[in-house]
Formats: sequence, C-alpha cells, structure tokens
Amino acid sequence: MLTGKHGPATKKAMEILAALGAIYGAEHMVPVTSVQIAGVSYDNLGEAGLSFLSEMADGGGKARVLTTLNPAGMDIENWQALGISPEFAEGQFRVIEAFARMGVVTSCTCTPYLSGNVPHYGEHIAWAESSAVCYANSVIGARTNREGGPSALAAALTGCTPAYGYHLDENRLPRVSVDVRATVSSNDAFGALGKAIGQKLEVAGEKPLVTITGIARASVDNLKSFCASIATYGGAAMFHMAGITPEAAQVAPPERIMIIADEDIAAAHASMNDASSEDVDFVSLGCPHLSIGEIARIAELLKGKRVKKEFWITTARPTRQIADRMGYTAIIEASGAKFAADTCCVVAPIKGRFRALATDSAKACYYAYSKNKFKTVLKPFDDVIAEALR
Amino acid sequence: MIWHGRKIYQGNAAGEALVTRMGISFFGGVDPDTGVIVERGHELEGQCISGKVLVFPTGKGSTVGSYTLYRLRRNGKAPSAIINMECETITAVGCIIAEIPCVDRIPIDQLTTGAFVVVQADDENATVEAILGNYEI
Repeated sequence: MLTGKHGPATKKAMEILAALGAIYGAEHMVPVTSVQIAGVSYDNLGEAGLSFLSEMADGGGKARVLTTLNPAGMDIENWQALGISPEFAEGQFRVIEAFARMGVVTSCTCTPYLSGNVPHYGEHIAWAESSAVCYANSVIGARTNREGGPSALAAALTGCTPAYGYHLDENRLPRVSVDVRATVSSNDAFGALGKAIGQKLEVAGEKPLVTITGIARASVDNLKSFCASIATYGGAAMFHMAGITPEAAQVAPPERIMIIADEDIAAAHASMNDASSEDVDFVSLGCPHLSIGEIARIAELLKGKRVKKEFWITTARPTRQIADRMGYTAIIEASGAKFAADTCCVVAPIKGRFRALATDSAKACYYAYSKNKFKTVLKPFDDVIAEALR
Repeated sequence: MIWHGRKIYQGNAAGEALVTRMGISFFGGVDPDTGVIVERGHELEGQCISGKVLVFPTGKGSTVGSYTLYRLRRNGKAPSAIINMECETITAVGCIIAEIPCVDRIPIDQLTTGAFVVVQADDENATVEAILGNYEI
C-alpha cells in the first residue's frame, strides 16, 4: 500500500498509519473490523477539511471494513427547520458525498453501537468520537485507541491500525480504584460523576486507567452519558467498571483508592449549572444520541402539551424512523419540539444563537460553554422536558 | 552543527528558524488563512509561521488541528518544515496530509530564532543542520 499500487489515497492512508506506528513504537499493524470516523460537521472541517476528503475520494480511497460516520452539522433531510443556512448545507452535503464515494456508511451518529456498527468483545477496531471509544473499550471490551478524523479514515482505507496503546493487554490494566460512595442513578448524575472523576485525576496530574466500584446499576443510557463525560472531562479512552466491563472480572481492583462522595458529585453538578430556568431559551436531549427507549419517554411526557422553548431531540436516523412508525414523532412534533436527526447541539453551527441550554448531558454542557458561548442548566431527563414546557 | 533525528514526513527544506519553548495548538491557535499565531499569551503570538522552519517541543489541542496544517498548505501559508522534540499525532498527521517535511528527536533548545536551518528528511536518518548567523542561502 505504501508503494502506491492501490492508488494515492491508500498510499497516503498507509503513510499516516506508518508514522503513527513509528511515533508510538508499534511493532506491527493489526487488522481492524470496524471504523467510526469523526470530523464530519462542516462547522469543524471547513473548506480545508472538505478538500482533503475530496482529494482522498478522488484518489480512489475505498473503505475496506465497515465504516460509519459521526454526526453532521445538520439534519440531512430537515435542515431548514433548524435554521441552517443554504451555504452551510451545501458544504455539508459535499462532505457527506465525499465520504459516500469512499464507501463509508453515512450513518451520522455518535452512537454506532446503537445503529449497526457493533463490535464484539476483544475485537480490534479504530474509532474516533471520544464517547464511543470509551463505550467500546469499557462496556463492550473491544479495543481501540482514541483516533482523530484522518487516522480513522486511514484505518478504513487500509483495514488496519498500528498495534499500540489500547490494542495491547498491558495498557488495558487499571492503576487506581475509584470507589463511588454515593447514589448515582440518572444520566445527569452519571455525567457529573464522569466530570468529578476526570477532574480529580487532572488535579493529581495523571491520567491512569481507573477501576470504578460502588455503582449498583447502570443502564446503557446511563453508560453512554457517563462515557461521554469521562472522555470529555478526563480524556479517558477506557475505564473498568465492576459488573460492567468484561475485563474488570479478570483483574483485582488496584490498591490505591480514590473516593468519590456525594459532595464531589454535587460540586461537579453545580459547576455545570451557571444559569437559571428563566435564562433557558434552548433545550436539547440526545448527547450522545437518544435511544428509542428515551424517545418513547419524551413522547409520553410531551403528549398533548406545547413546548415554550426551542427544543431539539437529537438522535440517529434509524432511531428516528422507528419513532415515526411508533407514532412518537407525531406526538413530539405536535408539541412543537423538533427532531434533529444526524446532528446534535455540539456540532451544529449554533454559536451565539441562544443564551442558555438545558440538558441532561455533562458533555453537552462543556461544548455549549466552550464552543457556543451558552450558559447551561444540567438536570435529570424528565426535568429537562419540564424545562421545555415551562 | 548537525543533529540526527527521526523522519516523521519526508522532504527537504531550508529557511529561517522560528523557535518556541511552548507547545502549539494548530486548531484555534494558528490562523489558517494568514499563518499568524493567535493563541492568547503564546510566546509567538502575532508572529507568522509561513515559510519558516517552525521549531516547538510538541503539539497540543484538538485533533482537528491536523486539518489546520492542511488548510495552511492550501492557502500557501504553511511552514517550510517542522522540527519537534517529540512529535505527537496531530502534528504528524497534519504534516503527512499537508506534505510538510517533519523531523523530531532533535535537541531543540540548541536552536534559536533567526538561525538558518537546513532540514533533510529523505531517508529514515533525517538531519537538521543549523548554520548560525548565516541568513543567506
């Protein structure tokens, strides 16, 4: 592939992987079975990123394994209703088209594990999207590093990745135990827990893999929220959680213990609440993308009511289609809330458009503040819906 | 003075060194249209990296930074070469897609801004030669 026999795009892809392998001391390449590419929103890519992708498509790049995409900057079918400009839409369509030409499934979701790109335990994969990376390593037990957009694309076009980091057994072992001595049950509380752990580790000046104990129950919805948060605030690509992570049963929790108490979670939670209900003019659920169970709950709570604020329901296209069939979409849209499939409030071009966001997602709070200059209100799922109705 | 380093991306270049002891975040830290460093409080804030042999310890920040290097290249504002103490993913991927010669494992504390530097990275054993005080080719 390095000689150019498979075309310039494949050659460039292998050059990227060979350089990364050399930098991180990989001894060989490992075949991957699944790729998830980030860097899809035209808001983040710009013309430069788009021209790189077009060049790779023109250069004959073709995905050799199942490859799916992160959210785009807009709902591909319903962008006008979300206030997206025609210029932005045109750029976004060209990005999607370039990926499609390379045989990438233009799924546009940050939860590939809910939409048909699901690796099994022990499988080597190359995923970008930090929350999905964390979920794949920690909940499924598949093996991936935190890829960037170009390195994930390179893995797709070659079908391999350099064997370093989380592909190797020795780097998947925990070094610190985190004992959670608090009740954590809702998505927002799991998000606050992710931030609390991330910040404690940052203060200690290190980023060790942790074993988390003390969590009695965690649903898939809770775990996707937690993974997004600990990846955003702690840079974590993986954790062990007793009772959840397949590998956690194979290793004893490390002796060095860090304790997370109710007040740590409360402090993290409070740090993501810098606005009051009166300030909120934007409500969004679906960071990471909503599951069909969560959408059913939204429909239940919105039935026969009218929302009073801009309310985005962000999810993957297939989930939206099941919601259509079940009648949830009709109920939700009758309330005035808007479906934003294929996209989310993190990657859409909405900087400065609103004053304050209400959400159940700690990750969404981070980007609302840093990227879009919004204040934030973090609440449990049902309370966020109440916020939209207020 | 000649140092031997590790080739990250091949190519040859020569030019004036622009040296910083601080990390560089290309995404948000460098204006992709002008090549000027815009990170608040950076020791090179306000300086242009275009055409220079850019010398810094290592990259930092968002992985989207790789695309910023690519964009600088498309705009004709890229540095002529990059020299690092230890190269990381963002800079490495950026140099590869933007085709900017890049060498690391060079003792960059011995390089000073203004020195004329020749980078030869055609094979694995890349060299960086600094001709101090001589700014002419």
